[in-house]
Amino acid sequence: MPMQPAEIEALIKSALPDAQVTIEDLAGDGDHYAATVVSESFRGLSRVKQHQMVYAALQGRMGGVLHALALQTSAPD
Amino acid sequence: MSDVNTRIQAEIDSQPVVLFMKGTPVFPQCGFSARVVQILSHLGVPFKGVNVLEDMEIREGIKAYSNWPTIPQLYVKGEFVGGCDIAMEMFQSGELQQMLKEKGVETQAEA
Repeated sequence: MPMQPAEIEALIKSALPDAQVTIEDLAGDGDHYAATVVSESFRGLSRVKQHQMVYAALQGRMGGVLHALALQTSAPD
Repeated sequence: MSDVNTRIQAEIDSQPVVLFMKGTPVFPQCGFSARVVQILSHLGVPFKGVNVLEDMEIREGIKAYSNWPTIPQLYVKGEFVGGCDIAMEMFQSGELQQMLKEKGVETQAEA
């Protein structure tokens, strides 16, 4: 069952309440998205760690029902 | 360590730069894998492509090994660098070139 952008955003925000999340549907098929996530909890972390936090928030959907999520993560300026 | 982790470790240690990917460097079978191959080729970095489509055990094992849910996965001198997004971001910012230099990996930028 493909995911809706709002569902992805809700999952990320449940784990990262302060996150600003923007989601772009890359293919219109419900499993190829691009997302930018800005959160204070990323500060000082490597990109790998930041992305792993987002994947954890998605509770195992990444690589499964969600085939592709091009991620851009950062801490607020 | 379980057998698959031993095999994964051996692949990672087999060359300075190893890319777990779908398909082969000559015939990538996934857009994201192809993009990382292009980056490495553009930088003239010799690397080993591990085709996870030919080995389901490694395909799943590598995700647990690095706690990273997707393929491709790029390793430099045994260190997990990231997937397609991170490799692209680091290439565009020059961090990838910097890291390769710091780790003593020669790059011959294509003429």
